[in-house]
Amino acid sequence: MQQQSDWKRYVIVFFITLALFLTAIYLSDYFGNKKVAELKSIQDNISIDILSSETQFSLLSELSCKNVSDSVLAGELADLGHKLEWGEKNIDSSGELTYLRKYYSLLEIKDYILMKKVSARCGKKAAFILYFYTTAANCSECENESLVLSTLRDKYPELRVYSFDYTTDLSAVKAMLDIYKIQDTKLPALVIDDNLLTGFQTIDTVEARIKQSFKLQTPKPATTTKKTTN
Amino acid sequence: MNSFSNIIFYILTFLSVYVQVFFLITFFEKKNKILVRKGSIDLDEYHGVTVIVPCYNEAQTIQGTISSLLDLDYPKDKLNLIIVDDGSRDNTWEVIKEFEKYPNVKVLHKENGGKYTALNLGLKYTETPFVGCLDSDSFVDSQALKRIMTYFLDKDTMAVAPSVVVDKPKNILQGAQKAEYDMAIYNKKMLAFLGGIHVTPGPFSIFRKKVFEDLGPYRHAHNTEDQEIALRMQKNHYKIEHCPDAYVYTIAPNSVKKLYRQRLRWIYGFIRNVIDYRKLLFRKEYGTVAFFTLPSGIISVLSVIFLFGMVISNIIHFILKKIAQINTVGINHTTSQSLNFDFFFFDTKAIFFVSIILYTSVVVALLLGRRMLEGKIRFSFDILYFMIIYSVLAPFWLLKAIFNALRSRESSWTLEREVKIAKKQNATTI
Repeated sequence: MQQQSDWKRYVIVFFITLALFLTAIYLSDYFGNKKVAELKSIQDNISIDILSSETQFSLLSELSCKNVSDSVLAGELADLGHKLEWGEKNIDSSGELTYLRKYYSLLEIKDYILMKKVSARCGKKAAFILYFYTTAANCSECENESLVLSTLRDKYPELRVYSFDYTTDLSAVKAMLDIYKIQDTKLPALVIDDNLLTGFQTIDTVEARIKQSFKLQTPKPATTTKKTTN
Repeated sequence: MNSFSNIIFYILTFLSVYVQVFFLITFFEKKNKILVRKGSIDLDEYHGVTVIVPCYNEAQTIQGTISSLLDLDYPKDKLNLIIVDDGSRDNTWEVIKEFEKYPNVKVLHKENGGKYTALNLGLKYTETPFVGCLDSDSFVDSQALKRIMTYFLDKDTMAVAPSVVVDKPKNILQGAQKAEYDMAIYNKKMLAFLGGIHVTPGPFSIFRKKVFEDLGPYRHAHNTEDQEIALRMQKNHYKIEHCPDAYVYTIAPNSVKKLYRQRLRWIYGFIRNVIDYRKLLFRKEYGTVAFFTLPSGIISVLSVIFLFGMVISNIIHFILKKIAQINTVGINHTTSQSLNFDFFFFDTKAIFFVSIILYTSVVVALLLGRRMLEGKIRFSFDILYFMIIYSVLAPFWLLKAIFNALRSRESSWTLEREVKIAKKQNATTI
């Protein structure tokens, strides 16, 4: 009799422990979904901003450049990218995040095209870097390059970095890869002012390129850019 | 590799939570049976009890220990004390000689041979039906013995363990141990309900003398004779009870070094005793000890070591990443990222919630123990100290204990071989 009640206890305790664990998994899932929803909402806002700027740009193209605002602040897009990357590593709902990654890449391309146009027409100081990396293989150089780029982005607010995962299954991204002839064996790869740089680039190299890029856009050669220190 | 360690983490955490839930279920089932008495009680019959106090270099504390025994609320003609000096090198012998004037106190001196030998010498001089021991760094509450003796009304009860409480903690380390001991009171009572006690602690466990007559005297048992005798009793289906309101105050180690040494001895003893009594494991006839007490001890040893390994590997990973970061972008740019915190980056993986469940269950156990001791649930910094200090220190004594257990096993094996070889050589010469 005693032994029977003992067995009952072992089984009951097992199910209670299991219930506690399932609750933990449920909570994790709940917060994971909330984060995915937050990402979606940020992306939707950015998407509206880009669309709005595009429309505004078309409408006012004949008028003053003063009225054209930056479609999205560079930091905003970068912040979203950062969250997306963290989510891919830490949230267990890969399906949703793959979709968001595609959406994000598309927004980046749209922003890139628009901001290039704005910069060219209105002579705004800006530098653009297209950055290609991979998550398929363990690419430690990609991680270091990301660090270099985010450091430079903090230093130069006018710098816009657009990052693309080589493995993103989206025709627009594939088109970019074709245009710049990016190969998965030569990653990380950077495109600055239509020049392709493959392999890891040090912070000094990239910074020199950015300064060069700023210079190209300056209409009067007499204007000097402020010397920056590392 | 990462997912493999995650699986191990989940299994060990599941088992650890299982242990806590097991205790909690038992608590809710049996809480009305937990007897905590206030004040003095009267017994119908007072049986003769002998308390053996083994001491070695305890001149500082032995006086308090013996005085507390003399102050026990128990008829003096029914209580005998045997103080055994196990070859002390300080003036312990002079101090205990002072107590010879009491008619119920006997003092003995012997060559140093270890605690178990002192206890066994005391056992030889024991003539009462009940016998207990008291470590010379502990003091008994005056009501402890009477309360313990009520449990022997049950003819099947062969030994009763008391509640060991840390005496006046003076520093953070002793505070942390107090919290741990409070939790142990709760754990022990729950194990007693299920017949699964595996230690009859040195401070004031009382036995029927029959236990030693039937099962033999104390053994060396890797310096943890109080664990071994309990396991020997479990093997022979002798019932061990726990008396939660019999308080024994012990002086907890006041330095990390002393605590480390004590725990090393306990854990090493536990591992070696489990190896010695491995035949008990998962055998139906041995009940709770076989299926719960010993396995949960093994799980806690493994869990602490695994968690420690995980933390160390995370720290190494973090440092390597920081070094790579500094090499890539210089030291000036590496600190800026952590300044703006966003809830988004707060880790909400299942591991986080599972850890919260585990820690909560430990705190609940601690508070229930404290409620049994003090009559109310009370939060204190001790709980925090306990969590932090033990998380940092426990892996070290656990690892060392495992290392020692493995090493000594090997050496005894070698020794056995050497003996065999020696015998062979003898045989040939003869």
